[in-house]
Amino acid sequence: MAERFQLTVNGVESELEASSDTALLYALRNDLGLKGTRFGCGSGQCGACFVLIDGYPAPACDTPLWAAAGKRITTVEGLGKGGELHPLQHAFLTEQAAQCGYCTSGILISAAALLARNPRPTESDVRAALDRNLCRCGSHNRMVRAVLRAAFEIAP
Amino acid sequence: MNTVAETPLKRLGSLEKNPKLAQWLRVHRDGTVSIFSGKVEIGQGIATALAQIAAEELGITPERIRMVAADTAVSPDEGVTSGSLSIQDSGAALRRACAQARTLLLKSAAARLGVSVRDLQAADGTVRTADRSTSFWECADDALFDCRVDETAALKSPRDYQVVGKPAPRRDLPDKIAGRPRFIQDITLPGMLYGRMVRPPYNFAGPVSLDDSKVKSMPGLAAIVRDGGFLGVLAEREDVAISAQRALRATASWREVDALPRDVHAWLKEHAAEHRVISEKENADAKSRAAKVLEASYTKPYISHASIGPSCAIARIDDGKLMVWSHSQGIFNLRRDLALALGMREDAIVVRHAEGAGCYGHNGADDAALDAALLARAAGGRPVQVQWMRDDEFAWAPCGPAMALSLRAALDSHGDIVDWEHELWSNGHSSRPGRADNPALLAAWHLSRAYERPSAINMPLPAGAADRNAIPIYDFPNQRVVNHYVHEMPVRTSALRSLGAYANVFAIESFMDELAQAAGSDPIAFRQRHLKDPRGRAVIDAAARRAEWSHWKPAEGRGHGIGFARYKNLGAYCAAVAEVEVGHDVRVNRLILAVDVGLVINPDGVITQIEGGAIQSTSWTLREQVRLGARGIASLGWEDYPILKFSEVPVVEVELLDRPELPAVGAGEAAQGPAAAAIANAVAHALGLRVRDLPLTHERIAVAISQST
Repeated sequence: MAERFQLTVNGVESELEASSDTALLYALRNDLGLKGTRFGCGSGQCGACFVLIDGYPAPACDTPLWAAAGKRITTVEGLGKGGELHPLQHAFLTEQAAQCGYCTSGILISAAALLARNPRPTESDVRAALDRNLCRCGSHNRMVRAVLRAAFEIAP
Repeated sequence: MNTVAETPLKRLGSLEKNPKLAQWLRVHRDGTVSIFSGKVEIGQGIATALAQIAAEELGITPERIRMVAADTAVSPDEGVTSGSLSIQDSGAALRRACAQARTLLLKSAAARLGVSVRDLQAADGTVRTADRSTSFWECADDALFDCRVDETAALKSPRDYQVVGKPAPRRDLPDKIAGRPRFIQDITLPGMLYGRMVRPPYNFAGPVSLDDSKVKSMPGLAAIVRDGGFLGVLAEREDVAISAQRALRATASWREVDALPRDVHAWLKEHAAEHRVISEKENADAKSRAAKVLEASYTKPYISHASIGPSCAIARIDDGKLMVWSHSQGIFNLRRDLALALGMREDAIVVRHAEGAGCYGHNGADDAALDAALLARAAGGRPVQVQWMRDDEFAWAPCGPAMALSLRAALDSHGDIVDWEHELWSNGHSSRPGRADNPALLAAWHLSRAYERPSAINMPLPAGAADRNAIPIYDFPNQRVVNHYVHEMPVRTSALRSLGAYANVFAIESFMDELAQAAGSDPIAFRQRHLKDPRGRAVIDAAARRAEWSHWKPAEGRGHGIGFARYKNLGAYCAAVAEVEVGHDVRVNRLILAVDVGLVINPDGVITQIEGGAIQSTSWTLREQVRLGARGIASLGWEDYPILKFSEVPVVEVELLDRPELPAVGAGEAAQGPAAAAIANAVAHALGLRVRDLPLTHERIAVAISQST
């Protein structure tokens, strides 16, 4: 049964019609055209689809629309401000911290959540914060360096 | 400018098939150059490295290069992007094509200015005499490149390189890091329908039986497509396609075939169909000095590609023409097998490459393309996107083959190896499309007019497949290497990064340590004593030096180990030192790798590939095995197939030995075998006993301990 939902994504309110158990992932990608959040496993185990829901990383593939409605949702496209990339994204470019880049969006989301609550993380803090995200190409160490670099640039 | 007459390569495969200069590049009036390569970006950074090569020979900045996505309608056919061959194949071809193009452009500029080429100065495409100028862009004329590529064209000397050999940022990363649409999964075409496949996670035959009465009435469902055992759904919305898939799967049933063997390695040994001696050396005198004989058996399980993004494809059939978007590694081969499976002419099909998630070999990409084409036949001309779900990928993408290996060697009284035997049992390591009489595409085996599934084959030596790196690089007076090929295939297998080299190097290098121990030698000194190849000796020395091998401080539960190989015995040299800690599980603290890839095109690219290869190999070696149930593959999600996590990843240090005078070779598959062996040897060093069955899990170690007491 299709219902109407109001979603607040990256500060913008949108309305869409879908069944209430539709995963947030498909509303973001197909209804709102935000393709940066990616499908990986459909069960919240790989982190490729992470978005911030009220500031906390959560799998969009495993979050039904009824649970997302009314919350503050941030996707990778909304991490930066005023059309600028987020410092994390700059740091990922500087460190060339990706190979295929498919897991990158979800990892940026986890990293952004970490820096929001812990602006000066240690390396093991970063690794622990990214443990819910899988990377298959082996870019882990570059990504950890990039998160530490961004932390230093935001709060030197 | 210095030029070099580089020794012509024995086989410039890509130029043989695509001899025309115009097939490789086009110069535009807007100051850019389109580069056509048949090699595709799969997360390894090839587009960046090829752009560097092209820019270097043309003498222009890389920003002027446009890398054209591979497309059967416009690109040279360069076969498959695999085997760490893209730099060798496409890079070598582009290097020559662009060198020749520059010469032609300079000639054209000279004619335009009415001077001789000698009087010209060229910089970034602008061509000057003392008082006048023109440019490559003004000289752009398609007729100029209507000629054959001259393989003897003078090439720029590596001493004059400005772009090649310097780190270059990846061209595709700005999109990927910003979260912009870039992947095949992100493509949305007007009117596109969403498709999902309905398959059970086990081998089956014959038609599917199902009750689709409830699913038929789902709002937004566009079609249920059924042909023999093939079953898929199309819907207006992706979430509806998924719901329909789930609902159909709950009611569908297929006839099961082929129960899986319980002990795969024993089964492989019982089912070998061909036994080929691939290397034999005899020296009776040396053999007679044998004083001590050692034997050991090693195993490797089936390994999954386990890419983070499952396979995806888009297809549209319009007016009898099929257009396919795919993240296939071989778009021309895919087109051939699509034509076979669909009963179409190849020239009625265009396959265009679109980037997918990381690709480490023959995954489900090609299969998804046929799935999309079959569903597109029911879509009335609308485009169809098929996305495999996580369990589709684990259950149906080919696995890297399981292997069993037995090694035997004899030492003389000085502790030198005088005899060496290596036997391996494995399925073939390639069942890629484009090679067999039948289509090597999953759905083709399930249609009502079903094709028989082709068995995986092995490519011939010297590169080899199951036997890749089975012939030792060391100098032994007697040796015998046997490849036992298993034709029958309980689990679908095909190419996974480094093919047999991973298991062969793991076994050879583990056994070298066992022999070194029996000979009372240091593992590095023992290797150097048996190795003549100076490039091999150099990487071993470099890794040992960087790791401070000789200053190792023993500690409870800690160990270090070395592994070494030259990939395919033809490509990159790599030595790895691992430092591990064994508690409940094995933890690799540090991996040090020294690498020689000849001329380095993009140092940062090579380091990334080696780091990534080493980390992926650490994951394979410590964690990974596809679990088999009685019915089929039982690893269907990440909980059944754990891979290394951020907190478990070792520190990785890479040292590049630059050899600008030597041909450039690929780096993507050099580290896997050496890293695995280094870890296994370090674990043996830490424990004082050897684990010979991969992966090196807590359970395996416990078994090895119980067997040793």
